[in-house]
Amino acid sequence: MDGITLLTFFVLSVFVGFEVISKVSSTLHTPLMSGANAIHGIILVGAILVAGQAESVFILIVALLAVLMATVNLVGGFVVTDRMLEMFSGKKKPTPTTEGAAK
Amino acid sequence: MNLLSPTVTALAYLVAAVLFILALKGLSSPKSARRGNLLGALGALIGVTTVFLSTELDNIGWILGVIAVGAVLSVPASRMVQMTQMPQLVALFNGVGGGAAAVVALLELQHADTLGFLVAVAFTVFVGSVSFSGSIITFMKLQELMTTRPVTFPGQQFVMIALVLVVGLGSYFVIADASYTWAIALMALGLLGGVLVVLPVGGADVPIVISLLNALTGLAVAASGLVLGNTLLLVGGTLVGASGTILTREMAQAMGRSVTNTIFGAFKGGSTAGSTEASDRPVRSSSAEDIAILLGYANRVIIVPGYGLAVAQAQHTISELQQALEAKGIEVVYAMHPVAGRMPGHMNVLLAEASVPYELLVEMDQVNPQFKNADVALVVGANDVVNPAAKTTPGSPIYGMPILDVAEAQQVVFLKRSMRPGFAGIENELLFEQNTTLLFGDAKDSLTKVLGSVKSL
Repeated sequence: MDGITLLTFFVLSVFVGFEVISKVSSTLHTPLMSGANAIHGIILVGAILVAGQAESVFILIVALLAVLMATVNLVGGFVVTDRMLEMFSGKKKPTPTTEGAAK
Repeated sequence: MNLLSPTVTALAYLVAAVLFILALKGLSSPKSARRGNLLGALGALIGVTTVFLSTELDNIGWILGVIAVGAVLSVPASRMVQMTQMPQLVALFNGVGGGAAAVVALLELQHADTLGFLVAVAFTVFVGSVSFSGSIITFMKLQELMTTRPVTFPGQQFVMIALVLVVGLGSYFVIADASYTWAIALMALGLLGGVLVVLPVGGADVPIVISLLNALTGLAVAASGLVLGNTLLLVGGTLVGASGTILTREMAQAMGRSVTNTIFGAFKGGSTAGSTEASDRPVRSSSAEDIAILLGYANRVIIVPGYGLAVAQAQHTISELQQALEAKGIEVVYAMHPVAGRMPGHMNVLLAEASVPYELLVEMDQVNPQFKNADVALVVGANDVVNPAAKTTPGSPIYGMPILDVAEAQQVVFLKRSMRPGFAGIENELLFEQNTTLLFGDAKDSLTKVLGSVKSL
C-alpha cells in the first residue's frame, strides 16, 4: 500500500480517536484506559506476520517473544477490562466465586 | 494459508477496525461499557484470524503454541488479581505491548526500504522501548517494590539532554543506513529513557504516566502498521494513541496537573519530593465506640473512601456500615474524588464490587457543597485528596489539585493506619484541627469495630 493512503488512514484515525473519547466521566477513566490498552495488543497481528516469515532460528525466537508479549497484552487486557466492568453492571449480591469464572 | 483474497482480507480488517471504534465509543458510557469491551475483543479475534487465513506463514505450530502460552499466563492473572492491584497489571500489559511493537519493528528493519518506513522503524523501536521500561518502573512503583517518591539525582537534566542527542544520532544512522547496530542501540536508549522519564514522577502522578505510556504504545503500534503496511495495526494503534492523549489530558485536569509538569516537574529542582517521616505533633485520637456514637447520632454522614480502604479490603465492611447507618435513618453518601484509589475511577470499581448502589457515589463537584450540611465526614484511608494544602500552600506538590472540602463538615473522622503521610508524601494539616478525630489501625479492623458499636447503640 502506498504511503499517501496510509497517511490518510492515520490522519482520519487521529480525528476519530479524539472525537470518540471527548467528555468521559472520570468514573470510566480506568476501564477506558484499560480497554484502549487491550486494543493496542493488536500488535499481535504484526508479531504473527514477523514470526511467520522468519528466515533464521534466531529471528524466529525473537519474534516468538514478541508474539508472547503481544498475546499477554491483548488477551489479558480484554479480560481485565471485562472484570472491571462486571463490577459496574452487577447489582446482584457479591459472590466470592470470581475465581471460578476463569477459563 | 492463502484462503482469503486481498479484497476479503482488507474488508475483514475494516470490520475489525470499525469494531475497535465502537469499542472505544462503548467504553465511554457506563451502560454500554461492557458490550464495548467485548466488541473490541471480537475485533481483535477477527484481526488475528484474518492474518492466519490470508498470509503464507511458516512456523504456525510454534506461533499457535506461544499464543496459547500467553493466554494461559494472562487469563488467570487477570481473573485473580486483587481489584486493588488492577492499575499495576494494566501498566504491565501496556509495557509488554510496547515491547512487542519495538521487537516487531526491529525485525522488520531488513525489509524497510523507503525513507518513510525507515523513520517509522526508528520511531517504533525507540517509543516501544520507552513504553516497555517506563511501564515496568510504574509497575514497580505501584507494587511498592521501589519507593513511590520521585527519584532524582544531580545532573539528571544533563543525562536527559545527552540521551536526546544520542537518540537523534542513532535515529539518523537507522534511517540513513538501515543500521542494525544502531537500531539495537536505539532500543537500549529507549529502555534507559523510559526509566529516566518515570523515575522522577511522584506517586500521585503515576496514573497520568500510565495513561501517557498507553498512548505512546498506541503510536508505536500505529507506526509498526506503517512498517508492515498493515491497515489494522495502523488504525487500531492510532485510535489508542489519539484517545489516550485526550484521556491523559482529562486525567491531568481532574488532578489539577499539567501533563508537562507531571513529567518534567521533578527536574526543576525536586520540588515534588515529599517526606515519609511521621510527625510527632499532637492529634486527637479516639476509640471505635466514641466514633460509633458520633456517627450513630448524626443526621448526615459523608464517607470519603481512599486507597487505604482498598488496601485493607474493607469495601464490604464500609458497605455494611453504610447500611447499618441507613437503618437508623441516617443519610449516607460517598464522596468520590476523581483520583481516589490509584487511578481515576478505581474507587468506583472497588465500591461497585461491594455492591454499593451507583446512586450513592457522588462526584466531587456535586458533593463539595454538601459538606457544610454534613454532621460527620468519615475519611477512610484517604489523605492527599482531602489535604487543604492543595488550596492553601502554593509550594506544595499537590497545590492546585481539586480536593474534597471535608473541613467544612461539623466533625471530621479519619481512619488511618498511622501518621505516615499519603502517597504524595505530604503532611495533612487537617489532622491537627480542633474538630478532627482520628482512629488508628487497619481500615478493616477499625470499621468492623465501629460497625459493631453502631449496631449495639
